[in-house]
Amino acid sequence: MRNFAYRRAGSVDDARRAAAEAGAMLLAGGTTLLDLAKCGVAAPETVVDITHLRGLDTIAHDPSGVTIGALAKMSAVATDRGICAHYPAVSEALWQAASAQLRNMATIGGNLMQRTRCAYFRDPVAFPACNKRNPGSGCAAIGGVTRNHAVLGTSQSCIATNPGDLAVALVALDAEIVLGERRVAADAFFLLPGATPQREHAIEPGEIITAIRIPVSAAACNSTYLKVRGRQSYEFAAASAAVGMEFEADGRTIRDIRVALGGVATKPWRVHAVEAVLKGQELSPEAIDRAAALATEGAVIHGDNRTKISLVQRVVARAIINRKPRGIA
Amino acid sequence: MTPRSDVLTESRTKRGDAGDGRALGARITRVDGLAKVRGAATYSLEHRPADLAHAVLVGSTIAAGRVRRVDQSEAEKAPGVRLILTPDTIPALKTASNWLGERPSEGPYHALTHEIGFQGQHVAAVVADTLEQAVEAARLVTIEYDVAPAVADLRDSRAGAGTEVEAMTIAWGDAEAALEAAPAKIRREYTTPREYNVPIEPHGLIAEWQDEDHLTIWEPSQWIAGMARTYAEWFEIPYENLRMISPYIGGGFGSKALAYSYGAIAAQAAKLLGRPVKLAVTRPQTFTAYGGRAETRQEIALGATLEGKLLAIHHRAANETSTTGTWVERCGGTIAIMYATPNFSSKHRVVPVNTVLPSAFRAPGENPSAWGIESAIDELAYEIGLDPLAIRLLNYAEHDHQANLPWSSRQLREAFAAGAERFGWSKRSPAPRSMRAGSQLIGWGVAAGTYPMRRTPGQAIVRLLADGAVEVLSAAIDMGQGTYTILAQTAAEALAVPVERVAVRLGDSSMPWAPVGGGSQLANLMVGAVHKAALAARDELIGLALNDPKSPLRHLQANTLPVGDGRIGDLEIGAFLAAIGRDHIEVLRDTFAENGKSADDPFKTYTTITGGRTTTDNGYSAHSWCAHFIEVRVDEDFGTVRVSRVVSAFDCGRIFNPKLAESQWKGGIIQGIGQALLEEGVVDRRHGRVINNNLGDYLIPTNADVPDIEVISVGVPDFHATMLGGKGVGEVPIVGVAPAIANAVFHATGKRIRDLPITLDKLIG
Ligand SMILES: Cc1cc2nc3c(=O)[nH]c(=O)nc-3n(C[C@H](O)[C@H](O)[C@H](O)COP(=O)(O)OP(=O)(O)OC[C@H]3O[C@@H](n4cnc5c(N)ncnc54)[C@H](O)[C@@H]3O)c2cc1C
Ligand code: SF4
Repeated sequence: MRNFAYRRAGSVDDARRAAAEAGAMLLAGGTTLLDLAKCGVAAPETVVDITHLRGLDTIAHDPSGVTIGALAKMSAVATDRGICAHYPAVSEALWQAASAQLRNMATIGGNLMQRTRCAYFRDPVAFPACNKRNPGSGCAAIGGVTRNHAVLGTSQSCIATNPGDLAVALVALDAEIVLGERRVAADAFFLLPGATPQREHAIEPGEIITAIRIPVSAAACNSTYLKVRGRQSYEFAAASAAVGMEFEADGRTIRDIRVALGGVATKPWRVHAVEAVLKGQELSPEAIDRAAALATEGAVIHGDNRTKISLVQRVVARAIINRKPRGIA
Repeated sequence: MTPRSDVLTESRTKRGDAGDGRALGARITRVDGLAKVRGAATYSLEHRPADLAHAVLVGSTIAAGRVRRVDQSEAEKAPGVRLILTPDTIPALKTASNWLGERPSEGPYHALTHEIGFQGQHVAAVVADTLEQAVEAARLVTIEYDVAPAVADLRDSRAGAGTEVEAMTIAWGDAEAALEAAPAKIRREYTTPREYNVPIEPHGLIAEWQDEDHLTIWEPSQWIAGMARTYAEWFEIPYENLRMISPYIGGGFGSKALAYSYGAIAAQAAKLLGRPVKLAVTRPQTFTAYGGRAETRQEIALGATLEGKLLAIHHRAANETSTTGTWVERCGGTIAIMYATPNFSSKHRVVPVNTVLPSAFRAPGENPSAWGIESAIDELAYEIGLDPLAIRLLNYAEHDHQANLPWSSRQLREAFAAGAERFGWSKRSPAPRSMRAGSQLIGWGVAAGTYPMRRTPGQAIVRLLADGAVEVLSAAIDMGQGTYTILAQTAAEALAVPVERVAVRLGDSSMPWAPVGGGSQLANLMVGAVHKAALAARDELIGLALNDPKSPLRHLQANTLPVGDGRIGDLEIGAFLAAIGRDHIEVLRDTFAENGKSADDPFKTYTTITGGRTTTDNGYSAHSWCAHFIEVRVDEDFGTVRVSRVVSAFDCGRIFNPKLAESQWKGGIIQGIGQALLEEGVVDRRHGRVINNNLGDYLIPTNADVPDIEVISVGVPDFHATMLGGKGVGEVPIVGVAPAIANAVFHATGKRIRDLPITLDKLIG
């Protein structure tokens, strides 16, 4: 039997210290950790249970933003009235993620740390080659079934999609990940695979996510998360987009816009190019189409994932249309 | 060993609607339902014998080749490990006969072999004191292979054309010539991928030897007798010494009717260790420990008059099978009988590839067959400008053209009419892409389905007890379709007692014989057997009342002796039995006369599939029928398909319990939605491995994918089909759902998808 030590962290500092030790892994909701342990990807020597830490599950609104504790449950954040009112993309991303059971168990911090759904990554016995799991071993996915692999942000070492929904909304809304004293912009928190696909997050040993900070903005108030998938529920995105928009007083000229993509890239994918061409423009079907086409600049097709390119462009366009003021064509 | 009364405690739950006085046909909630939702129903794998050891399987990571060496040295040292079985160490068993009763070889059977035929094939088994120890030790077993080239699937360029299955050839008239001359024709190819049964209850067993030659197997089973025979033959013990127990089954859909090699492995381990062994296959192993529906390919050519009357059907089909054995996914079933055509030709091939041997999955054969013909007839309708419903009525088969026999009953026209009426088919706008709501294209599709009535005899014991209660005993099974409930209803009806006074005990090889719970036959056949036994018990009761010297009712005549409501004459049945000094009346009856080929060999009849009657052997061709009307909404930009409305009408003859039948129909339709839109074993051709071997990646419908489903019964009692007039209920509802959805998708989008499932990349790619 593969034994591991179980430790219940008494404080955030205690958790940090414990997490710094080699072979230690934090346990929050456990929905990723146990899953990966069962399929042989995760093999912690010590499991550091942080679920009992006090004060880390709060959702605190203030005039300039909201601070969401790392241990807040996905379901609690999804239904929080302030989140629904001021950051609807966050609520919608969570509602469309996983299943009711998982959302009731899983935490916000754990959610950001979830791993890719690449089937080759998750089957170590059959597919020893995986640079993410075992650096330098190769990539079993390239040349295989890659329908759900990324078209953006890939490298020669790894083409795995970041599967999360919440992270896409956070990246679009300029959120920050709070690691105790240190804060990292959400966009910078998620790393490109490059030559080191095993490193997915800008978090150092001994650091833990304590909270997420989302600043208030008009664009966040008028935001949405659109997720497209073959199954109506309980499936990762084939393509998704988080969009937030603020309009000038004329009600049609875009003052501010944020766009990020999910399900198509190796990390939550902010598309500044789309934002740049729309900022200051009047919203029109032509402008939307022109901008959406820029969403996949630099995309690289791997095997059978070509559809993702046109699909995500359409998802971006639809998300923008869904957030346009009434009465605009 | 646990006594039987413990085993079947739950099934004795006595509940039901006694008020209506007409038990058979009543809308009664399943009697085992409450125990199940409360977790009080103990499934086979939940049995907990003392000193239980746990076995875990190690699967091959190559698709073809040979095991060169198994290194178990590390695993042996792991804590708790008691036994490691490998191709080198596993003892030989005797080769068991197959479901036809034929022994493929007189040689030995090895449940683990050096020869590898597919990815995931069991290569070793580790048995330890706890499951966790066994799991970890199994990881430590390392296997070296000599890899051979593999054929991944039917579409693999190395697969070749396979071999023709001559028994599957069906022909009349001259299809090729008629097709050549036909003024209107289409020729299309339709394909289905590998699909998996994925029942939520895992496969597996607990094997416990009582002594050298007495073995008890606790295993979910759709076919107690068939599986018990296999185990008895493997271990060369008398059939009577093999006890097979399966009180409940958490879903099977065809996959729990046979004993598989993991069963042999667990029972061997139990014998070698002298202690009970449990083996439950893991979710990934449910994709390789037994097969699902084979991948199929059909080429269909239809020739017709310009008015749409069929002149010829030409059909060439193939399915993948395993290099380790032959499975025929018979694609010529539905297509040969659904429509009237003067010329017909169908041939079938099987193509061996490196996969686990495919097997039965809800409506095997009829399902892919309907996918082909019900898509093709739709294409023909659009081709010549006919309404898809009109072309089906125009070519309505008034009799079975294949067998050249009248139908036992065929209320398919009524099904079309009732379904169309409730669905509002007449309001359909004929042109594709002509109905929309915002970005959603709306489409309406229709398709028909059918499933043959198979008939095998059954046996049942009916007991009248001193307290007035009734017991029904049979080795039949209940996998959720409601056998416990309808057999209680049957006995209640025949004996005129309230349903709640009847206790039904099933799922145990020590009880009277029953046929396989598959092929949509069990309910009808066991209702017949129980009815017969119950009537005989009633006759015996009356006989005793009139003739027994101690009977207080001796002065009455048969026609003045009412039996009903738990009473005979003016006495409680219990009081009457006490008066004549009996504590029960017990009657065993079988239906060999009604459903058997011959009464000579009950063992062969029940333990093989050769003992039953065919679909056409009494001069009538007996089948269930259905018509599905389905609305889909397709997002034009995203290619996502959502089923928004289903109305389906069924001719399944007489319905014994509408509530249960409706559940079966809806369940089949939901499984059909999965087949149409989601289900597909995704094969990495480089490795011949199905890589979505888990429920996160092998998608089946969620509640959000299932709209309101309206089901309608248009059946009439059909006594040519079965003794009490019912026809099969469980398999037919999935048949025709996928083509109805594909037809609706075409109507919505103008795109015809001929390769299941209908995924978004096929619509927008
Ligand atoms: C079947 C299935 C379907 C799913 N579908 C979706 C989906 O559609 N969309 C989606 O977005 N997600 C989906 N998920 C992922 C799910 O949202 C995550 O599993 C969940 O959010 C993880 O949270 P947790 O609290 O359970 O994390 P855990 O499993 O406890 O932890 C996950 C990882 O994060 C680390 N960790 C946990 N907390 C912290 C912290 N505070 N600081 C630093 N590290 C930490 C752990 O050490 C571990 O490595 C799905 C998961 C499953 C199993
Ligand atoms: S894509 Fe990345 S995660 Fe998947 S096998 Fe390749 S390296 Fe591993």
